[in-house]
Order: sequence, then C-alpha cells, then structure tokens
Amino acid sequence: MPDKKLKRVDLIFSEDSVYKDVLAESLKKSNEDILKDVLDSGLRGRGGAGFPTGLKWKFTSQEAEEEKYVVCNADEGEPGTFKDREILSRVPLKVFGGMAICGKVIGAKHGYVYLRGEYQFLKAELEKVLDEFHATLKEIGFDFQIHILMGSGAYICGEESALFESMEGKRGEPRNKPPYPTIAGFRNKPTVINNVETLVYSFMICRIGAQKFQELGTADSRGSKVFSISGDTPIAGIYELELGMSLEDFVEEFGDGDTKAVQVGGASGFCVPRKKFKDTIIGFEGVPTGGSMMLFNSSRSMYNVLKNYVEFFEEESCGQCTPCRVGCQQLKLGIEAVKKGDKSAAYLKTLQKLADTMKISSKCGLGQSVANSFYSIVDNFVEEMIY
Amino acid sequence: MPEIKELVKGLADKHGRTRESLLPILQGIITEERFISDAAMTEVARELDMSAALVYGTATFYSFLDTKPRGKYVIRICRTITCDMKGKKQIIKTLEDLLKVKVGETTKDNKFTLLETNCLGWCHKGPVMLINDEAYTELTDEKVSEIIGDYMKNK
Repeated sequence: MPDKKLKRVDLIFSEDSVYKDVLAESLKKSNEDILKDVLDSGLRGRGGAGFPTGLKWKFTSQEAEEEKYVVCNADEGEPGTFKDREILSRVPLKVFGGMAICGKVIGAKHGYVYLRGEYQFLKAELEKVLDEFHATLKEIGFDFQIHILMGSGAYICGEESALFESMEGKRGEPRNKPPYPTIAGFRNKPTVINNVETLVYSFMICRIGAQKFQELGTADSRGSKVFSISGDTPIAGIYELELGMSLEDFVEEFGDGDTKAVQVGGASGFCVPRKKFKDTIIGFEGVPTGGSMMLFNSSRSMYNVLKNYVEFFEEESCGQCTPCRVGCQQLKLGIEAVKKGDKSAAYLKTLQKLADTMKISSKCGLGQSVANSFYSIVDNFVEEMIY
Repeated sequence: MPEIKELVKGLADKHGRTRESLLPILQGIITEERFISDAAMTEVARELDMSAALVYGTATFYSFLDTKPRGKYVIRICRTITCDMKGKKQIIKTLEDLLKVKVGETTKDNKFTLLETNCLGWCHKGPVMLINDEAYTELTDEKVSEIIGDYMKNK
C-alpha cells in the first residue's frame, strides 16, 4: 500500500536568481563530490526507463577515451508527454547547466541537444539562451560547448541508440546492445545520454544537495517528477509531484469524477482500471512513467484507445526487426477482426501470445513495450474489445 | 535544376559534407522547398559524394522529410488519442471543407498540404496542428477558419 500522499513540488520550474553562482560553484567541486551527490540522491532517469543517473555518469567517467559526449534527449515523442517542451521553454538554462556539470564529471567538451522536429519553433529562442550560457561558461572559465541538432518526426529516435544513429546522419534504427552508450554512444565514443528533465534534476541536486532531494519520494523512487496530464480532466497541464503516490490520490486530484482508467506512461505504458487505482503506486516500485498520464472517463471506448496506440506503433516501428514490424501490423488487424466478428473472442489470447513474443524477441524498447498497453487494456476491458 | 544545385551547395557549405551533415542538409531543403525531390536527392548525393540510395534511404525514414510534392504550407494534425477525444475529427472535416482536399492531398494551387501526424506534445491543449513549424492549439472550427483564412489572404 502506498504511504505517500499526493504532494505538489516546485523544483524544476522554480525561479533561480543564484543560477550563475550554483553553476560556478558546482563546476569548481571535485568530480568525486558531484558523483557522490548524484548517486546518493537516488535520481533515476526521467525519460521512462529509470536507470540510475549517477551510475551512468560514473561508468562514462571511468572510460579512458579522450573524446566523450553529453547528449540531452529532447526527442519527446511518447503520446501524452509534453513536459520536456515546457521545461525547455521555461528553464532552458537549468538543462544546459546540468549538461555542463555532467560534461565536467565525465570529461566531455561537447554536449548535444537532440530536439524533436515537432519543436522546431523552440530552436531560435534556445540558441539565444545558449549564447548567453556559453558567455557565462567563459566567465567561469569552463570549456564546454553545446550544440542543437534537430530530429525529423521519428518517435523511435527517442530510443538512445537510434538517436545516436540519427545524430550521425543515418536512419534512426536502434543498435544492438551491448555495448551501452557509456562505452560506445555518439560516434561510438563514451556518451552520457539523459532526458531533459533528468538533467534539470541533476542541476537541482547540485543546488539543494542530495539529502533534500532524497527526502522526497520513496526508497525506489526518490525525488519528484514532472507529469504531463491530459485526457478527461478539468485541469490538464504540467504538474511536478512527489513520487510514490497512489493512483487513487492522483485521480481524486485530477480526474473528472468519472475516471474509468488511466494510461500511465503513454502508449508504451500501462493501462490501470478503476478497481486497481487504490493499490497502484506511481513510481518505479509500482507503475513507472516518463510523465504521461492520460485519463479516460466512462464515455470512452477502450477499444478506440488501444486501436489508436497500436496504429501509432505500427507507424513508428522502424521496421528493422521482424517481431516488431510484423507484430504491430498483426495486432492491429487482429483487434479489428475481433471487433468485426470475423474472429472469435478467443483470438485475443492468440494476439496476447504474439505480444509476448514481441516482448522477448524485439530488438529495442519500442517492440518490447507494445505488450504493456496491449495486455493491460485487453485484460481489463475485454468486453469492450469484443462488443 | 540550377536552383536546387545552388540550394544544396549553400547548405553543404553551411553544414559540411560528411555523413553527419546529411540530416541538417535534408532538413534545410524541407525548410525551403517543403519536400525533397528526386533531383534534390541526387544533387545531395553528388555534393556529399555518397550514393543516391543512401540519401533516399535516410530521407524516407523520417516522416517530416517528405519526398512527395507538398504545398507551401504543410498542415499536420495530431491524431493521438487525447486530441482525438477533444474533437480532432471535426477539425479535420473543417479543414477538408475549407481547403477542398482530403487528408494526404495538396490543394490545386500548391499552397496547402493536409496531413495527420503522431503526438505533437500539446495534449493538454488539443486539438492541435502544425503549419510548417508553427503550432496552433485548442482548435475550434472558428479558430481554424480564421487561421486558414489568414494564410490564404496574407501568406
């Protein structure tokens, strides 16, 4: 049972009048001290996968290579997520600050922001802020340069190795892992790739200390997180909340009084039905999320929701590996056939087996995670799939 | 096509002539031309000294790097479930009526292309569309008519 109550937090978007001082002080600290802070804070990646940020930094710092990189993953494409756009438009300096501190720790001279093509309109303003930022770094006497690269409308490029491929001017097809980015990332050099929000938290941990951050959240999910809340809610928008709350609390705050399901973590996440709200914790020990929270009330057809997700995956699958490419197509055809009555309800079980196969045999997270929404929607709303 | 030649050369001067320059160059062509023609791809291949197949393979991977002719203004409407729930279908109908084209088509005067796209990252303000790089949120029939009217008249 969750023991945390829903609590709003104000770390990410907080005003920062001492920004320059924090940056200058952090860049003067020893690498060991910074690493210790980030590790002790318990910060885990905010893009969805939740890898401990301090470990990523530590592994990369231990590589002997001369050339290393920091990459900020701003290819926010998960349906229902819009927090990174908001962060980049409101507090870009904190993102860049986190990148520079990471650069110092791992020994990188260059950082890259990979910004999704859908956010092209942010680029000019970001470049202006970057000029200011580079001037500050020069004042401080720290040699680090940030560049902005644009995506061109491919969801798969949010997958880190696909993102590197795209940065290298290629098709955004995921690579085999290992090697992991900490050893061979951009240009096959050791690379830290962090989500936009993770970089801001790294910066804030340097600002407030590991202890303060750690006091928020639970043992498995330290700190707070920015949530993108949409769907059937009277107050859609961006909210920073402490991790570890129950979904019941969440729905009480954000629902419209008639919430029948919440899709936690976007199309690649999990659908939680009303009867499980109470026992569902939002965090790595329960249902993790990159921030996407879509609420559905009882007027919505969960068949339409699932169909929308499956169509999304079918289109965004890079097509490189067969389980994902063919699997997505067949899942879509399959649920349509059941709905039309061309196939019996038992066929849904066959489709779930296909989703299982995709989970174990797909090359990357896209194909592996299709089963999440497929299973959780079909299992919990089977009658809506048939009638 | 001397114009394409000039454009590609200019972009290569700016972004370089390595494999890493390929995406920024293709994106630059989109900004100017709204789509990458066969002639443009061949020219990029020649300028960067790589095979045209490689340029084609890269360009066709990305949904924003259109390789089919597009209008001066490419309209992309978000088709993700949350925008759908907020009335995306009605907005598409309104756009189709205004522009007299179906989704996927370009107007006869080559001014507008109407497309659907995946999540644009404005789910709290749906329905939403991009016109080229500009985002328009919380769309209603009236708002869409106004926006398109403005593009028809003034751009």
